[in-house]
Amino acid sequence: MRKYALRSAALGYLLLVLLGPLTMVFVRAFDKGAGALWTTLTDPNTVHAFELTLIIAVIAVPLNTVFGVVCALAIVRRRFPGAGLVNAIVDLPLAISPVVVGLSLFLLYGRTGWFGPWFARHGTQILFAVPSMVIATVFVSLPFVAREVVPTLREIGDEQEQAARTLGASGWQTFWRITLPSIRWAIVYGVVLTTARCLGEYGAVAVVSGNIEGKTQTATLRVQDAYENFNQAGAYGISLVLAAMSVIVLVAMTLLRPEEEAA
Amino acid sequence: MIVVLPIAALVWASGKDGLHQFWSVATSPEALAALKLSLGAALFVSLVNAVFGTITAWVLVRDDFRGKSLVNAVIDLPFALPTIVAGLTLLALYGPQSPVGIDISLTRKAILLALLFVTLPFVVRTVQPVLLELDSEAEEAARALGAGEFRVFRSIVLPNILPGILSGVALAFARAVGEIGALVLIAGNRPFKTEVASVFVFLHIQGGDQAGASAVAVVMLAISFALLLLIGGLRFLATRHERA
Repeated sequence: MRKYALRSAALGYLLLVLLGPLTMVFVRAFDKGAGALWTTLTDPNTVHAFELTLIIAVIAVPLNTVFGVVCALAIVRRRFPGAGLVNAIVDLPLAISPVVVGLSLFLLYGRTGWFGPWFARHGTQILFAVPSMVIATVFVSLPFVAREVVPTLREIGDEQEQAARTLGASGWQTFWRITLPSIRWAIVYGVVLTTARCLGEYGAVAVVSGNIEGKTQTATLRVQDAYENFNQAGAYGISLVLAAMSVIVLVAMTLLRPEEEAA
Repeated sequence: MIVVLPIAALVWASGKDGLHQFWSVATSPEALAALKLSLGAALFVSLVNAVFGTITAWVLVRDDFRGKSLVNAVIDLPFALPTIVAGLTLLALYGPQSPVGIDISLTRKAILLALLFVTLPFVVRTVQPVLLELDSEAEEAARALGAGEFRVFRSIVLPNILPGILSGVALAFARAVGEIGALVLIAGNRPFKTEVASVFVFLHIQGGDQAGASAVAVVMLAISFALLLLIGGLRFLATRHERA
């Protein structure tokens, strides 16, 4: 009996907090029929918002993937003073509010900030433009690849790498032939998490972007904008697409997880 | 370069008018109310997560039923779903046009619900692996010696999963203090009532009050650092037997 009580407590909680609300988005998005939904989604500003979100993700994800792998290698394989510090700094974006991240960048690249005047003189706009939005997104999605790769690197140990080196392989050869194949699923899993975060980032981007319709408005910002301007159909429509993307991410995560555990 | 410099700029900006100025801005009534609300809500959410996260992890590891793997996958949904969409979904079910007749939008209850949504996976995902690895021998021995189910849980299982619960709770707490996306639509953001610290910072940046925004942001930053230290300490405790 106790078993069923626990099971229904857990499932009931999930239903109330998670699944119930999510079903409603599907219901609301199709409130006025599929035709109305299509009109909302093909609005030029909405299309632009999705394009911008994708562009930012396409820049941020590869950057963070390379950085994450390099960082993980540095943390696990190289014993250098400050490795613990690097480890802690990589974790920072997980604990810091995205708004605080946004404000930090705002102060750094703003008119009176440290870098702002320099970029302004050279005619590059960082704040309220795509560059600051990319930087903000890179910041908040920084830890995911490193966090997935670090434990895997620890687990596989470095015996094979040492063996390769004894047999005369260079650092690059060792990395490509030995290290990379054994951490590839951890990298893929990290990339999936990074992508999800990049597509869904709101707080940091909201602060630095200026939220200009058709210019610096990403999909998540457009959801808020649409809702606050009483365009509920639009808000739910865009949300539906974003939710569909996260379901794809979720499926990818589920498919990848067993691989990771088996390794 | 990406992480440390901006944070340094933030701390510098908040301190450049002197410590006294910083303190008076950070303890202004509106800022204090926002910080208190954030911390209180985060505390509540952490406690609920500690209980339901542990139960969920337990059910996922020890129980067996049809569709369990689906439930397991769904747990990660709040990580995958954009937070603004999370806020909107809650608004659809528990907002003004609620099909079940519950409208909690623009109240503090809405803040708690939104935070519960976004922090749901943390405790489950930190407790689950520990439970999976836990040997059931000690539990069986305790049962054979006549311990009741509750006793077994309290004396055998709980001490083992406690570091997991605590680090999950700390992560959830950090997330709850910093959350904004899920809250902006549903909370109403009224000062002194439903304005949390992150929204305070956001609105004050937009209003051009950089001093106020920076002061509260630095306080939030300090909370984040404290939590990171705590999580680091817990990780150290949890792996001590592996190092020994």
